[in-house]
This record gives sequence, C-alpha cells and structure tokens, in this order.
Amino acid sequence: MPSFTVISALLYRYILLYARNRIRLFELFFWPIVQLLVWGFVTSYLQSKGGGSFPRFITFLIGGIILWDSLFRSQQGVAISFLEDVWTRNLINIFAAPVRMSEYLGASFCVGILRVGLTAIVLALIALLAYGFNLFEFKFSLIGFYANLMLFGWVLGIVSICLILRFGHSAESLAWAIPFMIQPFAAVFYDVSTLPGWMQHIAWAMPPAYVFEGMRKCLADDSAPWEYVIKAATLNVCYLAIAGWFFARTLTNVREKGLLTKVSTS
Amino acid sequence: MSILSIKHIAKSFGTFRAVDDISIEVAAGETVGLLGVNGAGKTTLMNMILGLITPTSGSINVFGKDIAKHRLEILRRTNFCTTYAALPGNVPVFSNLLIFAKLYQIDQPKKKVYELLELLEITSLKDKLTGTLSAGESTRVNLAKALLNDPELLLLDEPTASLDPDIADKVRKLIIHLQKTRKPAVLYTSHNMRDIEEVCDRVLFIHQGKIHAAGTTAEIKERFSEENLDDVFIKIARSDKQPI
Ligand SMILES: Nc1ncnc2c1ncn2[C@@H]1O[C@H](COP(=O)(O)OP(=O)(O)OP(=O)(O)O)[C@@H](O)[C@H]1O
Ligand SMILES: [Mg+2]
Repeated sequence: MPSFTVISALLYRYILLYARNRIRLFELFFWPIVQLLVWGFVTSYLQSKGGGSFPRFITFLIGGIILWDSLFRSQQGVAISFLEDVWTRNLINIFAAPVRMSEYLGASFCVGILRVGLTAIVLALIALLAYGFNLFEFKFSLIGFYANLMLFGWVLGIVSICLILRFGHSAESLAWAIPFMIQPFAAVFYDVSTLPGWMQHIAWAMPPAYVFEGMRKCLADDSAPWEYVIKAATLNVCYLAIAGWFFARTLTNVREKGLLTKVSTS
Repeated sequence: MSILSIKHIAKSFGTFRAVDDISIEVAAGETVGLLGVNGAGKTTLMNMILGLITPTSGSINVFGKDIAKHRLEILRRTNFCTTYAALPGNVPVFSNLLIFAKLYQIDQPKKKVYELLELLEITSLKDKLTGTLSAGESTRVNLAKALLNDPELLLLDEPTASLDPDIADKVRKLIIHLQKTRKPAVLYTSHNMRDIEEVCDRVLFIHQGKIHAAGTTAEIKERFSEENLDDVFIKIARSDKQPI
C-alpha cells in the first residue's frame, strides 16, 4: 500500500522547490496568460473581419485554450518534477530510498493537480473578465473534461520520464514537446472531421479528442456530453495501465543498462 | 551472521565487464574498505547493493534476503552517502533532512533530525539553503541523511572526498563512534589511505572488477612487502603493466 507520509513528504519537497523558485512560479502563469490573450485577440480580429460570422468561434477557442492547458500542466507536473530530481542530482537519493514507484508517481500527479488548479483559476478569471467567457457554463461536464485531460497528462508525463531515463539528457526537451506532438490529434481548436481520414483514426484512439468534441457540443447546444466523457475515461484507464506497465519495464531496463545512475550523475 | 552477503556478482555494460565475480561478506559491526583505482568498479558494486543497477549474474543478500525480491524492505534498514548525489540546493538543510526522515518513515522525524544535526555539529546550518553550503558542510548534511534511519547496513562512497583534514578526521571519528554504539555493517570506499587504515577492519583491493587482495591493512602491507597502504595501492594499480 502506498504510504500517505511518503507521498506527502515528496509533495512537500516539490512545493518547496517551487515556492523558492520565483522564475518557476512566474512561468506557471505567464505562458497560459499570454496564450489566452493572443488567441483571444486573434479570434476577436477574425470575428470582426468575418462580419460576425464566427458566432461561437471565440468561445470554442478560449474553451480549447483553457482546457488544453490542464493537459499540458498535468503532464508538466509529472515530467518537470522528475527533471527537478535529475537537475538537483537527487534522483539516486530518492530511488535508493524505500520509496515505492507508486508513491513517487502519486506525488508528481499531485503536483500536476496543484499546477492545473492554480493556472485554471487564473485563466478562468481572465477569460471571464476579458471575453465574458464563463468556464462554469460547462457545469458538471467541466469536472469530466478536467479529470480526463489531467489523467491523459499523467500518461504523457510518465512517457516523458521513461524517454528521459532511456535516452538521457538529450531527451529533456521532450518534456515540453510531447504534449504538442499529440496536439494536432487532440482536435483542440477544430472538429475531428477537419482532419484527414488517417488522422481521425488516431484522434479517436486518444482521450483528448473526445473531451474537445464534447466541449464544443456543450457550448453549441448546451447539452451534457456524457457519452464523450465516458469514452475518454475508458480510454484513459487503458492508457494509464499501459503507461504504468511501460514505466515498470523502463525501470527494469535502465537498471540493467546502468542508465538510472548515469542520468543522475552526468 | 553476515548482514551483507554478495556471491559471485558480475556486471557487464555491453561487452565491458565493470564487476567481475566478486564475493563479499560483511558482518554486523564490521567495516570493510573497498580500495581501487578510478573505474575499478567500486561505485558499480555499491549501486548494485542499493538496487540501482541490476547485476548481470550472482546474488546479493542483505539481512538474509535477496535484494531483487525484497528491495523496499532492505532499503528501509539501509542507507548511504555518496559523492554522486546531492540534496536539492534551494531547500533549507532542516527541511531536506525532515523530508528524508519521512521518506524513511521514522518515528518522531523532527527529534531525529535535531539529534543528527547535533551529532554532526551542523545545527547552525539548519536554516541555510543546502546549495549554499561548502563541500565539507554538505558532506556532513549528506551523512546526517545517511544516519536518519539508524541503518544496519551503511554504504559510504568516498564520504571524505573534498573534506579538509580537520573535518575528515571528525568524520572518521564519527564513523568509529557509530561502529561502537550502533554496530552497523559498513562498506566504505575512499582514495584516502588514512581513512581506510583508521576506519576499516578489513580491506578489499578491487582491480578491473575483481578482488585483487583482501585482508586487514597489516596483512596486506605484509603480503606486498610495503610500509604503507599508498604504496600497495600504487603497486596494484600498475600491476597490469608490471606483474607483482
Ligand atoms: N552506467 C554505465 N554504463 C557504462 N559503463 C559504466 C556505467 N557505470 C560505470 N561504468 C563503467 O564501469 C567502470 C567502473 O565504474 P565505477 O564507477 O564503478 O568505478 P569506481 O571504482 O567507483 O571509480 P572511482 O574511483 O573513479 O569512483 C568504469 O569503467 C565505468 O566507466
Ligand atoms: Mg566511484
């Protein structure tokens, strides 16, 4: 059984690392705010040029930006927490302590939740004040959207850790790139039907497309998109199981190759 | 009973054999020194005991249990201090130690941390950021971390590297004090022969992944007909070029 003491100690450590790093804190809010402002203005501009023919466009885009950010933050919570341990040369101390990998991942999942929570509040406020976009219009579906995107963020975070362990420091930039590799398939800003046929198959094989389609449906006709939420959740359960298996396998593999100590000391 | 029992352990990285058929037994209260040139395989051996590297062949038993099967249980009663790892720099010393005390699930973690700060004479550093400490100060903090769970097996990989002679002497005295009071099994690597002579009951010379010589420091010096351990070290280090 994972221990609450261990998870909370690891979480406390990550919070200290954050709280004491002003640049990190600044970064947490800076990018999402800039993104929201730029895209908000772009859509306002398009709307004015299109003679008001994009009625829902702006809400689709802003909803997409805010929800996409939750996937990204959650993935970053996991991947960057791990990188913090690599950068501070602390990985060996943790991996040779009696810490279960479920506890280690559990703590970094919590970091993801905190990051998502903090930025979501700020983004929702700005969206409301600047564009009159009320995130809570999604009502209970909002929980379904957030939960699914965060779960998939964890999956991508675990994959990022595995790649860094396997390929070392040269793979560090993947921690930022991986979410954007799947973004075209996530249908954040357009309908899945916009994609070419083969891309649609890939899109429907991953949870985010269901969330964003559901979001648009919800905004368009105010219906509760539970079908989408449930499909995304089912896929997420499968992806999490696969990610857990992949993580365990990667650890076995890097222990055999001596890469765990290499990534921590080089 | 031996705390650590290593049997015919070997580790290859690709075709390179870093550790080649080493067997070691360490009993409670015994300190065994690992000596050898850079790249001899000492750290690899310690990492295998901590389960950070999987051996290619052979077995490692700690407290009578196989590390491959009982890793977590073993790690709870084991600890280590290594030059190859650090504690997060922008966290204060006290918080860092408290966090690790909780990771090792110690009862009364705060009390334990204060006790160790006192023992290592670093109470005055407790609110400093770990990253701002001098090399010697951070070594002592790492040592405090290594003693948090009163380990029955303690692995020390070059604990006195970068310490001034005064602090190095204090660290040696501390380890000797620990041996007397808590009787852990200790595996100790150092390139400082004085450390080895003062602290270790037995010494293993490792060369190219193999045990080249073993015994007390006196026995080894006699066998190699040298006055001091440094000269034995040099003799063994150059042995692939000049047969002993
Ligand atoms: N992860 C790894 N992958 C490949 N080779 C490795 C790895 N780890 C260690 N080695 C090699 O194994 C050999 C033994 O290394 P090790 O770190 O155990 O030496 P050491 O005795 O601790 O040396 P030092 O006194 O310099 O600390 C070295 O040649 C090293 O390059
Ligand atoms: Mg070494």
